[in-house]
Amino acid sequence: MKINYQNLDLILQKFKTNPYKVYSVLTPHTGYIKEFKVKEGDVVKGPSGKWLEKPGTPLFILEREKNQKLIRAKTNGIVQKLRTDLLNKFVEAEEIVLEIKHPLSKEEIISEILLSALYIIRAPETARYILSPSLTSKLEKQGLGKVKVKKGEEILIMAFMKRETPIYFPEEGEFIVYHIYFTPFQLVERDQPLIGFCLEENLPYLQKIIERIKEEWV
Amino acid sequence: MKLEWHRKIKDLLDTAIYIKDIKGDDFLNISSLVDEISEVYENFYHYDEEFIENFISQIENRLKFIIEEGERTLTPYEIVKITRHPQRFTLQDILENVYDSYMELGGEGEINIDPAVICAKAMIVRKVGNELYFHQVMVIGHEKGHGEEFRLGGSAKPWGNEKALRYMKMAETEGIPIHFFIFTPGAYPIEDYPGSAQQIARNLYYMAKLKVPTVAFISEGGSGGAEAIGLADMRLMAEKGYYSVISPEGAAAIEAKLKEGRPPRELVEKCAKALKLTAKDNLEFGIIDKIIPEPPLGARKKDYEFFKKLRLELIKATDEVVLHTRSLKFLRKYVLSKQDTEDFKFFVNWDLDEDEIEILIENRYKKYRKMSQWAVCEPKSTFKTFFDFGHNLGLKFKNELKYRILRPGHKTFKKFLDELTTESSLLFKPVSDPVKTVYNLIVGKKIKTKLPAPLLTEEEISPYTSPLALEDKTVTCPEAEKYGCPDIWVPDLYGEYCGVCPNCGYHFPLEYKWYLNNLFDKNSVKTFNDNIASGNPLEFEGYAEKLKEARKRTGLKSALLSFEAKIGGISLVAVMLVGEFRQGTVGVAEGEKFIRAIELAKVTRRPFLALVHTTGGIRIHEGTLGLIQMPRCTMAVRDYVDAGGLYIVVYDNNSYAGPVASFLGSAPYQFALKSTRLGFAGPRVIKETTGQDVPPDYHSAENALKRGHIQGIWDRRELRKKLFTALLTMGGKNLYYR
Repeated sequence: MKINYQNLDLILQKFKTNPYKVYSVLTPHTGYIKEFKVKEGDVVKGPSGKWLEKPGTPLFILEREKNQKLIRAKTNGIVQKLRTDLLNKFVEAEEIVLEIKHPLSKEEIISEILLSALYIIRAPETARYILSPSLTSKLEKQGLGKVKVKKGEEILIMAFMKRETPIYFPEEGEFIVYHIYFTPFQLVERDQPLIGFCLEENLPYLQKIIERIKEEWV
Repeated sequence: MKLEWHRKIKDLLDTAIYIKDIKGDDFLNISSLVDEISEVYENFYHYDEEFIENFISQIENRLKFIIEEGERTLTPYEIVKITRHPQRFTLQDILENVYDSYMELGGEGEINIDPAVICAKAMIVRKVGNELYFHQVMVIGHEKGHGEEFRLGGSAKPWGNEKALRYMKMAETEGIPIHFFIFTPGAYPIEDYPGSAQQIARNLYYMAKLKVPTVAFISEGGSGGAEAIGLADMRLMAEKGYYSVISPEGAAAIEAKLKEGRPPRELVEKCAKALKLTAKDNLEFGIIDKIIPEPPLGARKKDYEFFKKLRLELIKATDEVVLHTRSLKFLRKYVLSKQDTEDFKFFVNWDLDEDEIEILIENRYKKYRKMSQWAVCEPKSTFKTFFDFGHNLGLKFKNELKYRILRPGHKTFKKFLDELTTESSLLFKPVSDPVKTVYNLIVGKKIKTKLPAPLLTEEEISPYTSPLALEDKTVTCPEAEKYGCPDIWVPDLYGEYCGVCPNCGYHFPLEYKWYLNNLFDKNSVKTFNDNIASGNPLEFEGYAEKLKEARKRTGLKSALLSFEAKIGGISLVAVMLVGEFRQGTVGVAEGEKFIRAIELAKVTRRPFLALVHTTGGIRIHEGTLGLIQMPRCTMAVRDYVDAGGLYIVVYDNNSYAGPVASFLGSAPYQFALKSTRLGFAGPRVIKETTGQDVPPDYHSAENALKRGHIQGIWDRRELRKKLFTALLTMGGKNLYYR
């Protein structure tokens, strides 16, 4: 589980040259595109508010069976590649109508880097998770980035309907607990990241990269 | 000597600042006068005695003129500002200056379950000749404080109102009168248990039959918050107070259809005028009983003459309530009406015996029943009045005979017969059982059950197709993103699916006629009091046109439909608040129709059902005449439930504010359909009052159920069945009457 430095450098380079992520807006189903609510280059907003209760910017209207459905932006960004040729035309499901060029924030880039650089333990089931008592006490004493785990060591407890199942660390070698993605006792969906580990030798490099991102990105 | 002058100048400065706050910076150069006084006050020791003396007398004369002029040109919105000013007297000042001694209960200052509500046991002294008589009273009221933030301007939280109720019950136990003091801009609009609306409803329900004399004094009577402690036998109001269904700012926000932000100042002033919220207006409407005069531009915390007057009026008001329950009262009532000094001519004992308590409660019911009746718009003819009177009398006579005379006799006889049968069966059982068993073995006969199960069939309802179902199109469920619901074909949705998404169960709104046809037995719905129409008693500008449009669009005359109907053969009286008519808001017409319907249910001993298609609260365009429907209708509910009636409320779509905080919220059985939004105030008002955003599902039926505000969530597709079952299970053998 060594970090491929070259690969990471490439990712970083890619983010630097193009700190955006492009989201394609697809038609959810067949229908006619009746109206575009945005123009090329318009800035759009995704859902906002504390509970994401304020809907995103309207993008276009898709009509099927006289049902005019307003399709809204799911993320912030700038509208590009707007297919104005589709206006009043029949479209199939999952047809790309426009793209939203989403500027990546510092946190999003760090998260992307970590997800590709760390060894991630993901949730095997939708359940509540807690750290094992031994790992908790070690983390309390030493803190993140210092605690080491070995193969077969109990790291997590999956709790669901009063059933508790221990989860053991599966990889050979000594890994360091680098990042915890979940809140104890909160329901975590299946396949969501729980803990990120890295090898001790990779730690300085990883920290250096994160420092660089924090400094260089606004 | 100098120190006294210094204090005097401080008082003059406070007065000038007060006038400036009320009348505005430009009023008769008041700003420059404030600066002038401040200058002298700050550099007081630089001036000689003669200057100070002349200065004081000159400023006093100028202020006197400004106050007189200010009083002469006082507008309703300035009155609102007076009531909210930090220099105005508060309940704490009243406790200090009106009562002879007091002890605050349930908290002190900030260390309190709710600092906006004060409960205190107090002593008020009556002087008769050389004798002193001590009366013990319970004082319950709002405390605005002189600018203290923790008092929240007198906005009672739900647990503050619960505290008030607790001490009302204590006063009832001890048999002492209650003096309520209303100083609130409105209740604090949060749903946390016990919930703003539900707690106000509980307070009103209890106050309807409080067994002690109650007197309310209103300085700032803001909406439902005021009603929570406002249902009293005698309602006094400060001359410079306001009593309104909504704050002028709230009314302006509604008129301007604002979703956030503050309404324009001119509109706020216009609404303050249109709402007719002053003491004079409320006295004319018959909503209050008496105005307590105040000094020009309102009483402040050091106006001791006002406190003396208030003390006299409070004793007189309590006397009057008590004397109304007594047979020998005429001379004392006459003398009391002439009483204008603190030296009383006689003593009135405020303790009531059982008969007097009964009269007290009866008087209270009659008083509120009469309120706002003058504003009911109903075509009248001598013949109709005579016919209605005769019909009601006949109905009463028939039902009294049936349920009071014949039914108890029948019940007693049946009970005796049951006892006799059981006794005799036990006596003959050892002999009859073997014979029966042998007989059954030979003949093969089985013992039949005696309990026929009531049946409910779908064929009993009138076939009805919602006009919404006639379109050939599909719609998207609002919850589609969350639950992946496919688009629904409209004829299916509004036909077979009863407006419910088959995938997630989201309830789309349906027109009120759907309920009339799909819930009740075929041809069983018979509406009554259809001629009672919503009017414009305040002559609110532009409202008459809005009413006309609503009437034309819906074909209804008010937002409340009252009718007799049957569900699976069970006869009941029902009302329905119709969302299509002014968002189902409640005004005089709706209140009167509700009371008449529940009275009919009481007389004819039938269950009473309130269906809430939608209600947006009390209709602001009818001012306090609308607001008073809260206590009026709740009293009718209490009367009905106490007499043995079964009252069920079913909410759908949106139900907010006054009605939920009174006659709907006080129902013992409340249910909501899925997707209902239920609460006291909407998100805009909550944000404005508490400064916090509320989650999108804050008012959902699920949350209302979690908080214990309702007893269950129903599906519209099963509503008829659910209602039928509820009537049978909740009503049981008491279905028609206990």
